[in-house]
Amino acid sequence: MKLIIAIIQPYKLEEVKEELYKADVNLITVSEVLGHGRQKGVTEVYRGAKETGNLLRKIRLEIAVNDNFLEPTIKAIIKGAKTGDTGDGKIFVMDLKECIRIRTEERGSTAIG
Amino acid sequence: MINAGDTAFVLISAAMVMLMTPGLALFYGGMVRRKNILSVLMQCSVILCVLSVQWVLFGYSLCFAPSNGFFGSLHWIGLNGIGLGPYDGYAPTIPHQAFIIFQAMFAVITPALIIGAFAERIKFSAFLVFSILWATFVYAPVCHWVWGIGGWLRNYGVMDFAGGIVVHTTAGIAALVTTLMIGRRKNLEHNVPAPHNLPFVVLGTAMLWFGWFGFNAGSALAANGVAANAFMVTNTAAAAAGLVWALLEWVRNGKPTIFGTVTGAIAGLATVTPASGFVSPLSAIAIGILASICCFIGVSIIKPRFGYDDSLDAFGVHGIGGMLGTLLTGLFASKAFNPAGADGLFFGNPKQFFIQLYAVAVVALYTATVTFVIYKLVDVFMGMRVKEKDELIGLDLTQHRERAYTVIE
Repeated sequence: MKLIIAIIQPYKLEEVKEELYKADVNLITVSEVLGHGRQKGVTEVYRGAKETGNLLRKIRLEIAVNDNFLEPTIKAIIKGAKTGDTGDGKIFVMDLKECIRIRTEERGSTAIG
Repeated sequence: MINAGDTAFVLISAAMVMLMTPGLALFYGGMVRRKNILSVLMQCSVILCVLSVQWVLFGYSLCFAPSNGFFGSLHWIGLNGIGLGPYDGYAPTIPHQAFIIFQAMFAVITPALIIGAFAERIKFSAFLVFSILWATFVYAPVCHWVWGIGGWLRNYGVMDFAGGIVVHTTAGIAALVTTLMIGRRKNLEHNVPAPHNLPFVVLGTAMLWFGWFGFNAGSALAANGVAANAFMVTNTAAAAAGLVWALLEWVRNGKPTIFGTVTGAIAGLATVTPASGFVSPLSAIAIGILASICCFIGVSIIKPRFGYDDSLDAFGVHGIGGMLGTLLTGLFASKAFNPAGADGLFFGNPKQFFIQLYAVAVVALYTATVTFVIYKLVDVFMGMRVKEKDELIGLDLTQHRERAYTVIE
C-alpha cells in the first residue's frame, strides 16, 4: 500500500479529478494549502501578480492506493496537472503501513478501495 | 411649484435606489464561486460609475428629452439649461434634477442586472464596452418609448409604473440572449458551482428589498397616496413570493431553503414593479404567488431542460418576473388605486391586457435584436469571453489581480 501526496495548481483540480475518475481512483482527500517551491513564490500562473516572497495557494491531494494502482494514479495526476510551467507542483509517494476502515474495522488492502 | 415634502421623498428614494446596485452586487457576488466574487462586485461598481457619468453627458437626454416617439433629443445633453426649477412634463412638484438623479439610478441598475447571465466568464474590458452600448441603444430608446414625453408606447397607453418593461424586461431578455451567445461555463457537469457565500446573498436581498421601496414608491414622484400604496404592494408581493418559493421547494425537494426564499422575494419584487402604482394590496398577494410559481418553473424546470447557463438567473427571475408583472398589470390594475392609470381586465377593461402584451412583445423583440448585434460587434473586436485558463483560475485574479479571501493571514 502507498500513500500519495500531491501538490498541484488550484485551477488544475478539476482536470486532475477528471483523470483520476478515468483511472478508477475515486477516493481522494483535498485540502487548500499555502507554500512555495524553488521560485520562492514568483510564478507566472497569476499573470504577473506581485507575489514575490509570498506563499502561493496550492491544492494538496492525499490518495491511498494499493500497489497496482500506484502508477495509474501518478500518471493521472500528471496528465491533469502538467502544463510545463514552474509551479505545476510535486507528487510524493510513501509506504503505507496500515489502513483501517472505521465502519467495518477491515484492515489492509481491502480497506483502501 | 416645488413641494418640499415631495422633493425630500424623491431625493431619499433616489438614494435608496442607488443602494440597490451594491445590494445586487452582493446578491450576485454571494452566488458565484469565491474566485469570482470581486469580478461581480467590480462589474456592479463600475456600472454605477460609468452610467452615472453617461447619464449626465447624454443618457438622460436620450431617454427623456421630448422629441419624436422613438428616441429622445439631444436637447438636454450635459444637462444643459436644466437649472433648479421643476419640469412640469415629468414632475411638477420637484426640481427637475431630483427627477434626473432618481432616473439615473434606474439607468444604472438595469445593465447591472444582466451581469447574472454571463458571470464567471466575461472579459472585463468587453463587458464595459458592451454595457455602455447597451445602455445607449437598448435602455435609452425603450425608456423613451415607455416613459418619455411623446414616447410611442406611452401614447399607446401601456402601463409600467416603475420599470417592469423598461428595467426588467430589457435586462431579462438581454440576459437570455447573452447567456446563449457566451455559452456555458467550463466543467459544469462534474462540479455544479455552489454559491460560495449565502449570507451575502441574503444581505444583498435585504438591500434590494429596502431599496425597492424607493424604486416603486418613489416612482409616484410625490409623497402621496399612490406612493404609500406602491410601498404597501411592493412589500406584500415580495413577502407572498418569498413564502411561496419556500413552500414550492418544501414540497418538491423536501426542504425549504434560504436561497430559495430570497430568490422568491426578488422574483416578487421584480414582478410587482410595473403594477405597483396601479393595484390593490390583495392583488399584490396574487401577483407575488404567481411570480414565484412562474419564476420557479423558469429556474428549476425550463433552464435545466434547455441547458442554457444563465448563471445567476438574471432571465429566470428578472426577465420572467418583469414580463409576467407587466402582463399582470393588465389584469389587476384598478383606477381606484390610481385615477391616472387605467382599469385592467379583471376590472372590465380587457383592452389593457392586450396593450401590455403588445408592449412586452415589441420590447422583447427589439431588445433581443439590438442586444444580439451589440454582443456580436463587441465580440468581434474585443472577444466577450475570457480564455479558458483565465476562467479556471478565476476572474478576480485574471481580470483584476485581486483576491477576496486569504487562507492564512
